[in-house]
Amino acid sequence: MISLKQLRGAVAIVGVGQAGCGEAKGRTEMEILAEASHKAVADAGLRMSDIDGLATASSSSAMWPLSVVEYLGLNPRFVDSTMIGGSSFVSHTMPALLALASGQCDAVLVCYGSTQRTAVMNRSEIKRARRQLEPHPFEEVYEPLPPLTSYALAARRYMHQYGATRRDLAEVAVAARKWAQLNPEAFRRDPLSIDDVLNARMVSDPLSVLDSCLVTDGAGAFVMVRADRARDLPQKPAYILGSATATWNKQISAMPDLTVTAARDSGARAFEMAGVTPADVDVAELYDAFTINTLLFLEDLGFCKKGEAAAFVRDGGIAPGGHLPVNTNGGGLSCVHPGMYGAFIMIEAVRQLRGQCGERQIDNARIALVHGNGGTLSSQATAVLGTQATL
Amino acid sequence: MVNTIDKTDAGTPGVQQTYFRHLAEGRFVIQCCAACSHYVFYPRAYCPHCGSDRLEWVEASGKGVIYSYSIVRRKPEAGGDYNVVLVDLEEGVRCMSRIEDVAPDEIDIDMPVQAYIEQTDSGPVLLMKKRGRDQ
Repeated sequence: MISLKQLRGAVAIVGVGQAGCGEAKGRTEMEILAEASHKAVADAGLRMSDIDGLATASSSSAMWPLSVVEYLGLNPRFVDSTMIGGSSFVSHTMPALLALASGQCDAVLVCYGSTQRTAVMNRSEIKRARRQLEPHPFEEVYEPLPPLTSYALAARRYMHQYGATRRDLAEVAVAARKWAQLNPEAFRRDPLSIDDVLNARMVSDPLSVLDSCLVTDGAGAFVMVRADRARDLPQKPAYILGSATATWNKQISAMPDLTVTAARDSGARAFEMAGVTPADVDVAELYDAFTINTLLFLEDLGFCKKGEAAAFVRDGGIAPGGHLPVNTNGGGLSCVHPGMYGAFIMIEAVRQLRGQCGERQIDNARIALVHGNGGTLSSQATAVLGTQATL
Repeated sequence: MVNTIDKTDAGTPGVQQTYFRHLAEGRFVIQCCAACSHYVFYPRAYCPHCGSDRLEWVEASGKGVIYSYSIVRRKPEAGGDYNVVLVDLEEGVRCMSRIEDVAPDEIDIDMPVQAYIEQTDSGPVLLMKKRGRDQ
């Protein structure tokens, strides 16, 4: 049996593309997905006809990969549509890696698109339809805002248990905005202070509207091939050093401890496969659907001890110039968040490892940690990416 | 609002229907596994701890403490603010609920609560009220 450690660096991300980020007025989600996908394939120096593997997911379509296959004119030998929320596109890296390493296919396209901000069917209509298709009778009767109240419950428990404050949560939002101000592609770049966050409209106590991710459109795609082929392609490869996914529950009421996520499990396994530790990480992209996420993931991934994330982020600890660059694109809080954000943290990590990030570029970034979250803290997927020098 | 009243009598009620039928009759029941002695909530067909199908219905004490809570802000014309709580029941299981007749700033983690059932047009709902610590 081949071990995961033997697959460290076996495949690389060689192309990335984005489209319709922010507002994609008048366009469908498939149209922007196709644009992002074609950009990613071109960036990889490949043609769409070279793509023989597909990983994609949708939060509304039950047979989404079939539509993508048809629209892009693919004839894939590998299809994966594991749908575990926003982390899906980070999680897809492992089945894609295995399919590439085994020779099942030679080039995998991972892609996503959503026009949730500008689409004709608005988000409340989608939520109503989803409730009918998949009822949760032990939660929905109490009308938690999906998904915000679940994160609020986690934040409240975390604050109670570890003495963190809304100000500590606000530090996460302010750091994200400071990174966004260095990223011309970010959706929100106006100045943001701790007091702005503290005084923002409360939505579900203790989370305000500024503790919550953006509601934007956007599509993201990336292309994976085996390492031997990656070396001959135009872009600097971002090798997959480690990848792991963990899920323990779906509903927040079924999560054993609201202050500990399955990132503890996914992170440990991804780091083990990669043979690196949090101290080796040059840049971290952590799925910040809400400010509490970043605190929980810094702890559960091992960047600091449980209960110490508030001190870690205080005084700009994860902002530009801090001790760990986190969410360098501006995050889901300030850059882009089209319903599911996992593909975009993968893309930002790849760009950092290539050195293409302009003002926000981290000097000599060699190892990037990507952590995706899905559902209501329900699914956690971690990927460790590295440059050629880390092999 | 989820309608928890089953609209058909066809077939033998499964565990979910059985739970809501008990609730409609004013009984809050949870499951206890005869194989591993764990209590289980929400109701399952098989024990999530040991895989046994020997899950037996037991009347819950309804006594618990608040594990976490959130006040959801809503416009007054839409009904105003409301709370969502997670309650740890003394049997060792957790459920989502709402605590009634308590000012929002009075709700706190570890606050003792007692479950009760409200019958509504769309079915029975398990709710919480404040309980004295020695009750």
